[in-house]
Amino acid sequence: MLEYDFMQTAFEAGTAVAIVAGAVGYFLVLRNLAFAGHALSHVGFAGATGAVLLGVGPFWGLIAFTVAGGIGMGLLGDQLRGRDIAVGIMLSLSLGLGVLFLHLYTTYATQATSLLFGNVLGVSPENLRDMLVLGAITLASLTAIARPLIFATLDPELAEAKGVSLRLIAVLFLIIVAVAVAEAVQVVGILLVFALMVGPAAAALRCTTRLKSGLALSAIFAVVETWAGIALAYVTDWPPSFWITLLSAVVYGLAFLPALLPRASPA
Amino acid sequence: MSAVELENLTLARGRRTILSGVNATIGDGEFIGVFGPNGAGKSTLLHAILGLLPPASGAIRVFGKPPGNGTAQAGYLPQKRAGIVDLRLRGWDLVASAYQGNRWGPPVLGARGRGEVAWALATVEATALAERPLSQLSGGELQRVLLAQALLGKPRLLLLDEPFISLDPRYQQAVVALIKRVQSALGITVLLTAHELNPLLGFMDRVLYLGHGRAALGTTEEVITSEVLSRLYDAPIEVLRLNGRIVVVAAHGDVEAEAHRHDA
Repeated sequence: MLEYDFMQTAFEAGTAVAIVAGAVGYFLVLRNLAFAGHALSHVGFAGATGAVLLGVGPFWGLIAFTVAGGIGMGLLGDQLRGRDIAVGIMLSLSLGLGVLFLHLYTTYATQATSLLFGNVLGVSPENLRDMLVLGAITLASLTAIARPLIFATLDPELAEAKGVSLRLIAVLFLIIVAVAVAEAVQVVGILLVFALMVGPAAAALRCTTRLKSGLALSAIFAVVETWAGIALAYVTDWPPSFWITLLSAVVYGLAFLPALLPRASPA
Repeated sequence: MSAVELENLTLARGRRTILSGVNATIGDGEFIGVFGPNGAGKSTLLHAILGLLPPASGAIRVFGKPPGNGTAQAGYLPQKRAGIVDLRLRGWDLVASAYQGNRWGPPVLGARGRGEVAWALATVEATALAERPLSQLSGGELQRVLLAQALLGKPRLLLLDEPFISLDPRYQQAVVALIKRVQSALGITVLLTAHELNPLLGFMDRVLYLGHGRAALGTTEEVITSEVLSRLYDAPIEVLRLNGRIVVVAAHGDVEAEAHRHDA
């Protein structure tokens, strides 16, 4: 299947996105922000469709809106806790706006499905280049803030006492999340970002209690699920997004198995 | 040299004055219990000693220098630890996260960092504990791991804010004994805030009692008296000594309840 250019591009794009989503998603889950990631992707829908209406590429509209949303969420910080309803209303408003923009630009309506559910097989070589560059920037930024991010995530009270600005870290991290979400949308779509950003990370946290192993495992799960999903899509002609979400659910479910089995012997 | 010197110190949060005109000198190597009713300023005083809250007037000196960027010399155990309890991560990673955790860059500890973490864990006898997920630790075990975290950087001063707050009494004794052992072994100064006196009797060198913006520093016998506490509470207080335990009672009723409160 690798003799087709679009398949090669799909695997390359999928790999880059999966590594970023797995790594960023691990911190997202550690920080109890899984729902925020979900909400950010929906905010992006209004941006992506609005950009098309203005004649700009949908990816740039998507990323502009998710980043703005990420900054907003980071600044609100703890005030956002327990505000599921406000976040949910923002989220549905964004989808509603997206529907309006699609309605106003009727010829684009066919593209709505790929925005909502992803279209990794349709990634163009130019898209791929942008995605690789953004992926590299995202990972480099995550590495640059990793030390205070981990400190602020695990022990915010002590981190603050040691001079870490919790708000700055929250904003920087959510900008990184926003870019990662926009990338993940290219593969699994706005509605299914959870499968790639939260599923592998949550499974990794079930499998190991070591932070760095968990981080690596999260990225590995995401990459393997993406590769297998694309390959299965090639074989079955069913959408890759379906396979990726299925594999994400299966891996998450399997991660609970060891806890359910009777303990053999104390290690 | 004294470890902590408070000179005519006034602390305020917003427009509310918490401490006013407090003078106290804590010697190097002392174990000080910090007491007082809720809102008396126990946590605020620790924040100020860490350099997080500048004095409204007066001065604080930690080993002769104003606090601030020198917080490296003070280890700190904050009171509120919201997220830690249900983390499915091993304690080792929690302790390690505090090693130079305020610097940018990747979380690479290096041999020196790993050695420091191992030393801190060994000092509080938590080396084996630190391999277990935090979500499976009891309150006392978690407190030991957190104490190791506070010891990173080999501080000469340890500020412990309510380390007994969610511990049942049998663990309180174990934790205070451990803190005392660590303090003696390393020869460091400890300031520990608590609601109850009794678990700390026999471990503290002196008592710092806060109330109504004022403070009294001295031995238990000097400070925990009807005269001193009545002045600090601004209400008549009786102090009863029963079989080596101390009971603080208000003539009008509500101080006793205050002294035994574990929340807030």
